[in-house]
Amino acid sequence: MSKRIEVNDLFVYYGDFLAVEDVSMTIEARSVTALIGPSGCGKSTFLRTLNRMHEVIPGARVEGKAVMDGQNLYADDVDPVEVRRQVGMVFQRPNPFPTMSIAENVLAGVKLNNKRISKSDANDLVESSLQAANLWNEVKDRLGRPGSSLSGGQQQRLCIARAIAVRPDVLLMDEPCSALDPISTLAIEDLMSELKNDYTIVVVTHNMQQAARVSDRTAFFNIAGTGKPGKLIEMDDTSTMFSSPSQKATEDYISGRFG
Amino acid sequence: MAVLSPAKTKQNSEDEPAVKRSKGGLVGRLFHGLSAAAGLTILLTLAAVAGFLVLRAWPALTASPAELQEISWFRADSLLAYVGPLIFGTLLASVIALLVAVPLSVGIALFISHYAPRRLAQGLGYIIDLLAAIPSVVYGLWGALWLAPALNPIFEWMTSALGFIPLFAGYQPPAKNILTASIVLGVMILPIITAVAREVFLQTPRLHEEAALALGATRWEMVRMAVLPFGRSGLISASMLGLGRALGETMAVLMILSPGFLYSFFLLKPGQHQSIAANIAAKFPEASGLSVSALIATGLALFVITLAVNMFARWIISRRSEFSGAN
Repeated sequence: MSKRIEVNDLFVYYGDFLAVEDVSMTIEARSVTALIGPSGCGKSTFLRTLNRMHEVIPGARVEGKAVMDGQNLYADDVDPVEVRRQVGMVFQRPNPFPTMSIAENVLAGVKLNNKRISKSDANDLVESSLQAANLWNEVKDRLGRPGSSLSGGQQQRLCIARAIAVRPDVLLMDEPCSALDPISTLAIEDLMSELKNDYTIVVVTHNMQQAARVSDRTAFFNIAGTGKPGKLIEMDDTSTMFSSPSQKATEDYISGRFG
Repeated sequence: MAVLSPAKTKQNSEDEPAVKRSKGGLVGRLFHGLSAAAGLTILLTLAAVAGFLVLRAWPALTASPAELQEISWFRADSLLAYVGPLIFGTLLASVIALLVAVPLSVGIALFISHYAPRRLAQGLGYIIDLLAAIPSVVYGLWGALWLAPALNPIFEWMTSALGFIPLFAGYQPPAKNILTASIVLGVMILPIITAVAREVFLQTPRLHEEAALALGATRWEMVRMAVLPFGRSGLISASMLGLGRALGETMAVLMILSPGFLYSFFLLKPGQHQSIAANIAAKFPEASGLSVSALIATGLALFVITLAVNMFARWIISRRSEFSGAN
């Protein structure tokens, strides 16, 4: 179910503005890859190119290749909608649909993919997805309540349940804990470690301890200055990155000397 | 400002007081008073209108059928029997107008907010707002002199092809029937509904739209999943604003509709329906005494209907408020 992604010479533009420059990296299947770097360095923008969500912004375009399972996500005949059905995403702020109940939220993506689903299958899927997101025990008695009635951390786990209910190959997480308290953060981090058994996970984080705790590989992005494009400085096993990075800039950032 | 005891003032004079009273206090209270007064004005106006209607309608409300029947145009057994068909005609015209306007408005608003290129969207929004500025008498002229002849062949086809449905049976030219009047009403309320719906749709949180897109929703699925449910209560409010205007619209109906006083579902026959507002406008110039009271009594009925419609809309909105996205 999980797949690896190979990115080759990827450039991201917003209109004429070059936002991210020349990224090449391999994202391994069944592992957590963390993207770290200072604000504005293009790590979130890069993350969004992996499911073509950056195209939501008018004028955004990409040059280069992102190949998943032999298929270039940017080939002419690839529909961005199809890409997003295979590459799920969790956002910085929890965003359950306020007009839907907890159960309806979990099923939202499935109803798009195959419109008809029997009642018992739907119930099973709600339970298994919420189980996988470590939320089942907290909400099993109130599945008909609105998703917005949950706490922030619970809402974020609901969003994770919604994303994995469609069985994606890859799960992208854009600073999934930055709006959460430490206990909810811990719950999400534990969840990531469990989910990587089944999914390829890419997580953007500002929290270096979090990157060190949850990820197998870490990529460091940096930016030369305002108006300059962000670029990938280096990528390595997380333990190597945090003990003996090969680049000075990485060491400075990780040890808190700038950024 | 704060009244401090001399001792305390002295004590505080050396170092700054911990919390200084804002200098805006007086202005703040003044503004509070002004806005409260403005709010009260609404209530007073509403009470004044309701009081006037009840007071002036009272002679007709308490008059015997025999007294009422002395009015030259009063052909009914009681006031209730007189106002009933008028209420029916008013509601029928307004409901058809809503059926015409709401789907069209939602389509236009969605196109402007989520589909059209920005420059086209702005231009289109501007044109829609212009439609709202056209006086209703102009709509009446347009409806009676242009739309009615233009609809003539369509209505003829409808009555011959669909005449087995009672709704469309018995068309007689010219098209001075309730369907023509309702279509004109629909065009009249289109701008207000579109304008409100557009604003509501534009306010859909980007987070929810992105949530739908990230799940692999197409543009239309995103609209259905995130935009429409979020805009639902706003859309109901917009429709009610439009309905309010349609219920009270006078000139256009007066100029287009050939009046009648029946409970009739023949949408294409002339001389079947009349709306309360148009009826008052038609008869008021020559009314005096009890006939004025009778007309005001029909106005009171319109007032009550409008209130009831608005309360019904609020009830619909509040029923699922915890799912509304406001929390």
